[in-house]
Amino acid sequence: MESTGFSVLTAIIFIPIIAGVVILFLDRRNRDLVRGVGVTAASAVLALSLAVFFGYDNYVKTDGGLIDQQTAMLESGAELSGARMFADALAFEQRVVWVESLGIAYHVGVDGVSAPMVLLTGMVAVAGVLISWNIEDRLREFMAFFMFLVAGVFGVFIAVDLFMLFFFYELAIFPMYLLIAGWGWVKLREYAAMKLTLYILVGSVFALVGAVAMYFAAGAYFAGTGADVFEAAVAGGLLPADSGPYSWSIVQLTLAAENGAYGIDILGIEGLNFAKFWFPFMFMGFGVLAGVFPFHNWSPDGHVAAPTAVSMIHAGVLMKVGAFAALRSGVQLLPEGADIHLPWMVFLTLINVVYGALIAFRQRDFKYVIGFSSVSHMGLVSMGWATMNLTGMTGAGIQMFSHGAMTALFFGVVGMVYDRSHTRDIPSLGGFMKVMPWVGVAFVIGGLTSMGMPGLSGFIAEFPIFQGMWAASEQITLQLGAFQLSNYYSVLVIISALGIVITAAYVLRVAGQVFFGEFDAERFHDVGNIEMTDRIVLIILGSPLLILGLYPPIMAPMIESGIRPIIALLGGG
Amino acid sequence: MELDLWAQLPSVLPEIGLTTLAVVVLFADIYGSPATRRNVVFVSALGMALLALVPLIWQPEPALYEHGALLWGGMVNYDPLSQIFKVMLLLAGAVTCLMAAGDKGVGDKGEFYLIVIVATLGGLMMSSAADLILVFVALETLSIPLYMLASFRRGDQRSAEGGMKYFLYGAFASAIMLFGFSLLYGFAGTTNLAGIADAMSGGLEDGLVAVMTALVMVVVGFGFKISAVPFHFWTPDVYEGAPTPVTAFVSVSSKAASFALLLRFLTAVFPAELAIAGVVIQDFWVNLLVVVSIVSMTLGNVVALRQSNIKRLLAYSSIAQAGYTLIGVAALQGANDSLAVASVSFYMFMYIFTNLLVFGAVILFIAKTDTEEISDMAGLNRRSPWLALFITIGLLSLGGIPPAAGFFGKFFLFQAAVNSNLVGLALIAVTNAIIALYYYLVVIKVMYVDIGPDDDKPIAIPRVYGWSLGITALVVILLGTVAVTPIYDWAVLGAAGL
Repeated sequence: MESTGFSVLTAIIFIPIIAGVVILFLDRRNRDLVRGVGVTAASAVLALSLAVFFGYDNYVKTDGGLIDQQTAMLESGAELSGARMFADALAFEQRVVWVESLGIAYHVGVDGVSAPMVLLTGMVAVAGVLISWNIEDRLREFMAFFMFLVAGVFGVFIAVDLFMLFFFYELAIFPMYLLIAGWGWVKLREYAAMKLTLYILVGSVFALVGAVAMYFAAGAYFAGTGADVFEAAVAGGLLPADSGPYSWSIVQLTLAAENGAYGIDILGIEGLNFAKFWFPFMFMGFGVLAGVFPFHNWSPDGHVAAPTAVSMIHAGVLMKVGAFAALRSGVQLLPEGADIHLPWMVFLTLINVVYGALIAFRQRDFKYVIGFSSVSHMGLVSMGWATMNLTGMTGAGIQMFSHGAMTALFFGVVGMVYDRSHTRDIPSLGGFMKVMPWVGVAFVIGGLTSMGMPGLSGFIAEFPIFQGMWAASEQITLQLGAFQLSNYYSVLVIISALGIVITAAYVLRVAGQVFFGEFDAERFHDVGNIEMTDRIVLIILGSPLLILGLYPPIMAPMIESGIRPIIALLGGG
Repeated sequence: MELDLWAQLPSVLPEIGLTTLAVVVLFADIYGSPATRRNVVFVSALGMALLALVPLIWQPEPALYEHGALLWGGMVNYDPLSQIFKVMLLLAGAVTCLMAAGDKGVGDKGEFYLIVIVATLGGLMMSSAADLILVFVALETLSIPLYMLASFRRGDQRSAEGGMKYFLYGAFASAIMLFGFSLLYGFAGTTNLAGIADAMSGGLEDGLVAVMTALVMVVVGFGFKISAVPFHFWTPDVYEGAPTPVTAFVSVSSKAASFALLLRFLTAVFPAELAIAGVVIQDFWVNLLVVVSIVSMTLGNVVALRQSNIKRLLAYSSIAQAGYTLIGVAALQGANDSLAVASVSFYMFMYIFTNLLVFGAVILFIAKTDTEEISDMAGLNRRSPWLALFITIGLLSLGGIPPAAGFFGKFFLFQAAVNSNLVGLALIAVTNAIIALYYYLVVIKVMYVDIGPDDDKPIAIPRVYGWSLGITALVVILLGTVAVTPIYDWAVLGAAGL
């Protein structure tokens, strides 16, 4: 799609920011007004993100739309250009030059991978506001910072400028710190908030240095040997007419990657390829936020310490921000590096899947179970990226959405149980199905999704990932010096299937104990059913799991269209 | 060049204006009625703010600064670099005056404003000086008022001690620097900065060691002014002892003016082409600055972790900030030095507002609660949400978190470093940025999370004060978002005159 003037995506970023600032100026005693502004802004954002999602869906599926174009391109047998395919896939674009001399622009747009993420963020934003309805302490500040957090997350998903991606990524971190430290679980919050913030920042600043290096390498290429490529791209409309050789535009950096601009040796060492050197920084830098082993350690503590709304947005959306940014700035911009490094990083993701599930099984604290299950499920996303084929990566894209909604639902459930029973100790809970049927049903739906039950979104996410692993097995070879390993993805997939079995075990254990066991009527005499706001939360987060599970075409083709350019960059068809 | 007085006048117009303002303030304070004296603060602040418009309105023509053109008998540069630093110094002076207004024992004395104006005058001259003589005169015009300011609260032992310490260290550093200047003059026979480089580039084969010595001596002098390690020892004591508005002023003005001069001095006197006996002098000072930069930021940040007094914390943080800024100076070795110059100018521009914001808010906190301990800031968010928010914005900017200006500031520095093949330095700097963020976040946590005994006692912000803090905070946010482009482009232009 051609870029137009004002984009709806700009509204999606700025509505929460403006709402946050407005909330800060409100009277702190007027709680209804604070909540009203918050829920209005969040609902507006959800409505707009629904519009973006279905608008993009239409763009993908319509006659002569993106899928038809991509199919025609594949069938014509001509050489594929990943940068061109990526640029074509972008919709709802808006570009305003920000710092002209450095080629930094405010450039937003969505593609097939980010459109579902925008929808997810909108859903969790509304759910987060609703579930925080009765916060006692400084509701005004809480709501304002929550709005800033939402804006930062949106910004990362829709950035088409690498600098802007970093800007919003870092923008999201501080409100998150304050929300966890200020409103979280008293015993753990200070430690967990600081740990989480430092982990994530360490990752991102190293990635930032890598991005700067990439910017200069691409710029030097376009100003020198690649000048004709650059001119052709500008003439062909791939790049805007006012762009210079040095630019942060992801399209332009992708073009540089495609033409081998990062194939240079660096630090004067023979064979130390630029892409090979910087890929771990870029991928792992963001992978920290996606919870990739061994940098997952912040995540369970962070999730447990956070207030419910923040756990929801954190596990539900922010971990996807990490996985998404790792895909965008790691795999997409340094495909040569991905070819070298992902074949060994897949072992890390395997540890995520199995080890995360095992630890989750051992927890007594309800919230820790969910926290570690996120580590396990996010491992599947990274594993999907590591397949480097269409099936597997599409599965990972669906898993991002599915897990986002599911884990937000889980944290909502935990919050609702904890708020009423004041304990999260699994053995002392029991029989809550009787008093909170809504919550119990929601947990069962979430739990079945997490086990990958057919008919729910988890299945259509996890199945393609495993399928992709099988398919990748024959193509990917790990080369470490003289040591060579091939056909090992198939072994990994068998081991990782164990993770699913363990998942089933802990989900059933928790469901059986908390919701179906003996109900201690004396201890939990004041536990009642949930309020209307909470029911809306459960509906918003639970229904997509069913819809997507029963009707995968609502999302799968879209994500596939977003993955195709990356596959083209990785050298596949 | 033809001496066209009118075309040259804008180059020194802010200095002339400041001198006039100083005289006006002096007489108003001595002979004015009590009502007039109360308004001295507004006269000074408004005067400096208006003078800050002068460099904005009269931008120099490229002909006046390209190819090393100098004005006023070869004494003064009239280029974008000097203009951008003049604007920031004047604004820093204006904001300092406003923030001092309510401070007992400081802001109620008219001479305080007079001294601030004179110090600013020195800073302005430093940013445009093109001659060793003027460099030294300007340095002392800035430094001596600062010594006086540091010990301004005469009855207070800590203030007197801080002032004395500052003076002794400062005098020592000035002497060493002057010795370096005299060596340079000895080689070159000229006091003109560019002339020195010309003279040294031919036939000075056996003078290598002496030139290096002179270089090191000059760097020592600058290192003292910008409080870089190992010349930082005065910083925590002076910051802690001096009245807080003075601390704010010392932390920004002297640092910004010194960085302006450092950029100019190193590029003019020891340019990239200068090689003596086959040794490229630039490589030497770049390596020297890389080491100073790494040591400054690491030591500043690590020691800051242990501080419990907010002013001492900010002192060590400012040492670390000097280390970051030196990255930009070291990056001058790159092929495209406009990135390096622009990064330093931008960093100083945003740093001035950021530090003034933090100090301004801290001044108010100290004045209202009479304590400087970080732990006493507990629950500040409940006592005064705005004050807590202002401090938070300031600290986030120091830590380099968007949307505050510090994110762009640090980004430009790292970018300049990577461009000059200093990737290692950039990686060390980002690691340091994380360490720094830890202690900034701890302060924010104390304000927002901890519960203090005085939670139910709100802190009221006086109206004028609130507005000046609010506008400063807004500037910090704007510099990190929409106002980046004009300032950065202006800063890039600054490289043209070097």
